[in-house]
Amino acid sequence: MRVVVGIKRVIDYAAKIRVKPDGSGVDTANVKMSMNPFCEIAVEEAVRLKEKGLAKEVIAVSMGPQASQDTIRTALAMGADRGVHVLTDAKLQPLSIAKLFKSIVQREDPKIVLLGKQAIDDDCNQTGQMLAAIMDWSQGTFASQVAVADCQERVSVTREVDGGLETLSLKLPAVITTDLRLNEPRYATLPNIMKAKKKKIEKLTPEELGVDVSSQIEVLSVREPQARVGGKVLESVDELVDKLKNEAGVL
Amino acid sequence: MAVSWARRALVRAGLAASRTFATEAKESEMVVEDLARRLSNVCEVSRSADVRKQHATDEGTERGMFPPDLVAFPSSTEDVSKVVEACTDLRVPMIATGALTSLEGHLRHLRGGLAIDVTKMSNILSVCAEDQTARVQAGVTRMQLNEYLRDTGLFFPVDPGADATLGGMAACRASGTNAVKYGTMRDVVGGLTAVLSGGRVVRCGGSGAARKSSTGYDLNALMVGSEGTLGVITELQVRLAGQPGATVAAVCPFETIEGAATCVAEIVQCGVPLARCELLDTAAISAVNEHSGLGLRELPTLFFEFTGSTESAVEGEAELAGSIVADHGGGPFKFSSTAEERSRLWRARHEAYWAALASRPGCRGVVTDVCVPLSKLAESISRAKSLASEVGLRAPTVGHVGDGNYHLLLLVDPANPDEVKAAKRVAMETGAHAIELGGTCSGEHGVGVGKLPLLEREHGRGLWRLWLRSSGPWTPTGCSTRERSAARRCSREQRGERGRGDVGTGPSTTRHATL
Repeated sequence: MRVVVGIKRVIDYAAKIRVKPDGSGVDTANVKMSMNPFCEIAVEEAVRLKEKGLAKEVIAVSMGPQASQDTIRTALAMGADRGVHVLTDAKLQPLSIAKLFKSIVQREDPKIVLLGKQAIDDDCNQTGQMLAAIMDWSQGTFASQVAVADCQERVSVTREVDGGLETLSLKLPAVITTDLRLNEPRYATLPNIMKAKKKKIEKLTPEELGVDVSSQIEVLSVREPQARVGGKVLESVDELVDKLKNEAGVL
Repeated sequence: MAVSWARRALVRAGLAASRTFATEAKESEMVVEDLARRLSNVCEVSRSADVRKQHATDEGTERGMFPPDLVAFPSSTEDVSKVVEACTDLRVPMIATGALTSLEGHLRHLRGGLAIDVTKMSNILSVCAEDQTARVQAGVTRMQLNEYLRDTGLFFPVDPGADATLGGMAACRASGTNAVKYGTMRDVVGGLTAVLSGGRVVRCGGSGAARKSSTGYDLNALMVGSEGTLGVITELQVRLAGQPGATVAAVCPFETIEGAATCVAEIVQCGVPLARCELLDTAAISAVNEHSGLGLRELPTLFFEFTGSTESAVEGEAELAGSIVADHGGGPFKFSSTAEERSRLWRARHEAYWAALASRPGCRGVVTDVCVPLSKLAESISRAKSLASEVGLRAPTVGHVGDGNYHLLLLVDPANPDEVKAAKRVAMETGAHAIELGGTCSGEHGVGVGKLPLLEREHGRGLWRLWLRSSGPWTPTGCSTRERSAARRCSREQRGERGRGDVGTGPSTTRHATL
C-alpha cells in the first residue's frame, strides 16, 4: 500500500509573530520557518505504518515556493521515501490545495492520504475534508489513533471530538487528518538528514497538474489583537456598578 | 551619595563606628532610589514587592526570604554593562537571575541590592549546523534551544531536568542525566561574553567555534561555575550534539540499592557507553508511580538509555549491560523504544522531585547533591540513607549514578524547625562523608550558600578564602552578595563552635557589627 502525506511549511510555532505595518499580512522576513506540527505527526504516522509493514512507500507532498523543498527534506529525513514538490508562488487556499492533491493522488494511487488536521498559520481545518469530498473517499479527521486492519481493506480511526472519543471504521482508500495526541514525532537524526539529501524530489507545477489555483478569497486586513489594558482595583460595589453601567455598558 | 560611599569605605576599613539600623536603612533607600532613576534610562526596572520576592524565590528551602531592593530587566549585553557600571559606582550588590530554578540558596540578597533578570535576553543568535555550535543569549532556556534545533538533527546535550537558562546553567556548571555521555556545562561551553565589575565586557574563549584551542588561560573554564562571583554571563557559544541514530531506554529493578550502585560501577568499568543511567530508590519509585502512573515494581530501580548510530549497535550494548545486571541481582529489563514511551519515562524521572513532594503534602524538600568515585558509590548511598532514617526523615533518592552523583530528597515540614535542622544536618554530613570518600560535596547544584561550610573542607583554606573574597560585596573584583561573615558563622557552627546569632534573620541587624 502506498501512503501520501501532505506537509506545509509554516512559521515555526515558537517564533514571535509580527503583523506587517500595512496590515496586509504577517511579517515572514527573517522568521524561522518549519514543518507544521500536525504535518509532523502525519509524517510520523506514515513512517510507523511503513515500519509495521503495512505501507510499502511513503511519499511526502508539499505545495509552495522553492523553500518548501527544505520541509520535504525534513520529511525524508524522518523516513519518507520520496518527495513531490508542487512549485508555485501563488497564495494557496484549501480548495486549490485539495484539487492539487486530487491530481497527485490520481498519479500516485495511494490507499491512505495523511494530512495534518490544520495548519497553524491559517487554522483553516478544511483541506482534508475538501479532498475527501472531491475524491469521494472516506474521511477520518482529528485522528488520535489509527489502526489499519490486517486485510488492508479497512482502517479504524479514533477521533477526538467535543464529546469525547469516536471510533469509526472506514473503507480504504481514506483521507485521515491527524490530531495532537496521535503520536510523538521522531527527531530527524544527522545520518538520516544526510541520507535524505540523496532521496528524490519530483518537481511539478499547478499547470502540469491542470489545476487553477487562483484565489477565491481575498484577505482584506490583518491586525494584531487589541493590547491588554491594565485591570483596576475598585473601592466599593457602587463604583463597580457605576463602571459596569457607564464605562463597560453591560448594565 | 558620596557620603554613603565614603562612609561605607570607612566602615569597611574599620575606621567608623557601627551605626544604628535606622541611619543605615535611610541611606540604603537613597542609594536604591538613585539607582532606580539611573537604570530607568537603560532598561525596565521594578520595585514591586511581589516581583522582588519572586526574584528571591528559587527551588531551595528558604523561599523569598531575602528579596532584592530592585529588579532590572536588561535586553542586551550593552544594557547589562550599563547596569553593572551603575551598581559598581553606587556600591550596590547584584545577583544575576535566570529561570529561578537554583537549589542552593543562590538568590539570597542578604544585603538587599539589585537582581539582574536576564530572561528578556532570550534570542538564539546563530546556529551552525555543520560545526554543531550555536551562539545564544544567556536568557535562552535549554528547552527553547532544543525546540529550535529539532529539525536540524542536533540537540543541546546538558539536561538538568529544570528548564533553566543557559546563562544560569553555565554559572553553576550544571550537568544532568546526559552528563555520563556528553559531559557538563564545562564541556559544552566553547566561548562566552560576560560583563565584569565596572561594566567591562569581556569575550572569553575567542569565537568559541574551534573544537579545541591551546592559547593560554582558559577563561571559559573560570567563568563556567563561578556562580556570578566574577561577572554576569550575557552570551554563550555552545557545542551541540547530533541526535543519535538509534535509542533505546530500559528499566531494571534490583533487590538492593547497593546492588544497583555496584552494578553501575561495573557497567562503566566495562566500557559500555551509557547515554543515561539513573537510579531511583523504592521511595522514589512509589512516589513516581503515583504521580506519573508508571506502574513499576517498588524496588530500587535503574533507568538506562543506550544510544548509537545503528539499532544493532544499541542492541549489542543493551545485551552486555543486561548480562552485568543479572550478576548483581537485577532484572528483568523492560525496554521502551518509541518516542512516547521514552519521553514518558524520562519525564517521570525528571518529575521525581515533584512526585516526592506530592507524596507528603505541604512539605518542602532539602536536596543533597554529592558526587563520589564510582568505587565508593554504594558506601556513600548506604551512609546517606542511614543518616536520614536515623533522624526519621523520608528521603526518596534519585541519582545520575553513571557519574557517581545522587540526590537525597529529604522531605521536611517547613513549619517544624527541628525537622528542617535535622535535614540540613543530614545534608551537611552526607557532604562531609562524600569528601572523606574522595568525592565532592556538590556534583552539579553549585555552592550557593548551602555548601559554603563544606567548601573549606573540600578545597582547603586557601581556595575557600579566595572564593569568599571574590564573593564579598564591596570588593572591586566581585559584585555579588555572598555574606562573608555568614559563611564564617556556618563554618564555625560546623566545627562545633558557637556562632553569633542565627543565620536566617533579616539582612539588617547584625551585619555591620561584624564588618
